[in-house]
Amino acid sequence: MTLLLKDGRVVDPSRKADAVGYLLIENGKIAGSGKELRRAGKNTPRKGDPAMEILDLRGKIVVPGLIDMHTHLREPGFEYRETIASGSEAALAGGFTSIACMPNTNPVNDNRSVTEYICRKATECGLVNVYPVAAISVKSEGAFLTEFQDLKAAGAVGLSDDGKPVMNAALMRRALEYASSIDMPVIAHCEDRDLSAGGLMHEGFVATELGLPGIPAVAEEVMVARDLLLAEFTGAAVHIAHVSTAGSVRLIREAKVRGVRVTAETAPHYFTLTDEVLRGFDTNTKVYPPLRGAEDVAAVREGLRDGTLDVIASDHAPHARTDKEVEFEYAASGLTGLETSLSLSLRLVADGILTIPALIEKMTVNPAGILRLPKGTLAVGADADITVIDPDREWIVDRKLFRSRGKNSPFHGWNMKGMAVLTIVGGHIRYRDF
Amino acid sequence: MKLKRKDLLGIQELSVEEINLVLDTAESFLEVSTREIKKVPTLRGKTVVNLFYEPSTRTRTSFEIAGKRLSADTINISTSTSSVVKGETLIDTAKNLEAMNPDIIVIRHSAAGAPHILAGLLRQSIINAGDGAHEHPTQALLDMMTIRSKKGRIAGLHVAIVGDIAHSRVARSNIHGLSKMGAHVSVAGPATMIPRDIEKMGVRSYTRIEEAIRDADIIMMLRIQTERERQSIFPSLREYAQFFSLNSRNIDLASKEVLIMHPGPMNRGVEISPEIADGPRSIILDQVTNGVAVRMALLYLMTGGSNP
Repeated sequence: MTLLLKDGRVVDPSRKADAVGYLLIENGKIAGSGKELRRAGKNTPRKGDPAMEILDLRGKIVVPGLIDMHTHLREPGFEYRETIASGSEAALAGGFTSIACMPNTNPVNDNRSVTEYICRKATECGLVNVYPVAAISVKSEGAFLTEFQDLKAAGAVGLSDDGKPVMNAALMRRALEYASSIDMPVIAHCEDRDLSAGGLMHEGFVATELGLPGIPAVAEEVMVARDLLLAEFTGAAVHIAHVSTAGSVRLIREAKVRGVRVTAETAPHYFTLTDEVLRGFDTNTKVYPPLRGAEDVAAVREGLRDGTLDVIASDHAPHARTDKEVEFEYAASGLTGLETSLSLSLRLVADGILTIPALIEKMTVNPAGILRLPKGTLAVGADADITVIDPDREWIVDRKLFRSRGKNSPFHGWNMKGMAVLTIVGGHIRYRDF
Repeated sequence: MKLKRKDLLGIQELSVEEINLVLDTAESFLEVSTREIKKVPTLRGKTVVNLFYEPSTRTRTSFEIAGKRLSADTINISTSTSSVVKGETLIDTAKNLEAMNPDIIVIRHSAAGAPHILAGLLRQSIINAGDGAHEHPTQALLDMMTIRSKKGRIAGLHVAIVGDIAHSRVARSNIHGLSKMGAHVSVAGPATMIPRDIEKMGVRSYTRIEEAIRDADIIMMLRIQTERERQSIFPSLREYAQFFSLNSRNIDLASKEVLIMHPGPMNRGVEISPEIADGPRSIILDQVTNGVAVRMALLYLMTGGSNP
């Protein structure tokens, strides 16, 4: 089948392309833009070709399919929260064509059979590309390394004990060295468990007033510092997950200047919400790392602007009502993010923090590079994974309409501007809303 | 004047007028407790549920007596006797109570914010009888009533609160209330018990008791939690008693007319020495007496009663 995307603003940071024009898709691959076709001596496709579907995308932005490198799909083990199928549906609605899923399932994705199970399930539902991230340590217990090479062979694209830190520095060192030798990224969940113990929210004035035990910013920062030092010492690469504090941004920025092989991500809630939203004890605002203070939010935004933070990932963490409709202290942490991530990120453009190409870079080519995925580009011959964004579409977040099983969003009722209106995976239109 | 709010969740959201209304009403109820027949028919036919998820003797008894002296039917539910042990959620328990049509639910819970869940869900009035380390509004109201009756005013007084500020709901509610009423509040405790940015609540904070109580008109000592896993935030009770207790040696730093308060239960010989607790400056038992009056006033006002 042939698909012609006509008159949209085609933004492809992988090739530094940004121009209004058309994009031709043939047999599930990118066939090229008008200029590329002319250069190749091919005819411009014309109206009236019965085998071709033409979509008029005037006023819309055509970008490589978005990649969310940090999600929790909860399957196997916690299907009441999310499944690979429901998470994939949510991804499509949010404009994501590829998602990486963290290993804190039950059983933990720490061996070939779980990785294969996830890959098989994802293939069966056949909606988006699902890339499993496997555990660094057996059961993510921080004691013994998992079989990195076997996991990679089974389909795992990265390693992380996400949800838990690797508290043992020696084990982390070995993980970095070994993973680096097989070109597998390590994604570090940076949290010193002793410093964060018992904490329920960011340690600051709001926690003091609410009487909730705090998680200090330094609980994240000492581990960021440790992992940067380990990366520097071993020469291995490290990717820092869900950066939430000003100190972490500063440490990563300084490390990059020194030449440390570090990349880093943050999530929309860390550049959008402060700990002030915890007043009222809404359990949908409970997330780890916790929502921080205004200076941290400002620093995260600056880190995105100056390139210290390479990636925006949702840390999509769906939970069931039973996990959240309890006392704040007992509530599960995490928020559902796949369906609000793009719109919240577009606010950075409205706020003048990022340009559209700079934003799209953090949601396509950068995560693709870190996970070594052949994705995130509209180059001729690439898989036709494409997201079309209507930057002017206004909508109101309604959690009841989420495809995700997790309705736990602190953004319910928010007015948004801009959303994904068309999601194409492998040349197939999987989601359309215009 | 009436109290125009469905719930009492904290002092933070109360206005000065509302605080004065509660204190004035409480003073008018004090007399009931001194009668031969300590009962008025004011709340006859009303039902008050005391839902206590945390052990409490003083507060629960005080609410129960307050309700009974106003002729309300009071029912006490504590974790050991209810379906809580069966694993029912707070929300389900609350909805079941609601279905039995009480008028007021008084809740004490170890989790901050638990009363707020009920307030948002139930049509009944919710009174927070202490939620985690967040607020304990009726304690602060009875403390303010006690200060006002003993000193004739609150505005302009220097109040020192000493102890584990970080884990104290009594401290938080009193800081809100006393500051609103115009008092100057100092807090003191080991640095590990002073929560971050406490100064932004409008208090001065110290890590030596001597600095906080200097020229104080009121000293409020807080209970040190000995029963929980608090060991790692200070070296030992012995050291605490040596450096943070109120005793006959350091009390002279305070104003000559200083009055000593404690929300109870006291650890005699730890945060307060017996001769201070039982001495002429102590108004600790007045607090307890006033507690009943304050809770009578709240039950009365929250069921629609007014004070001229």
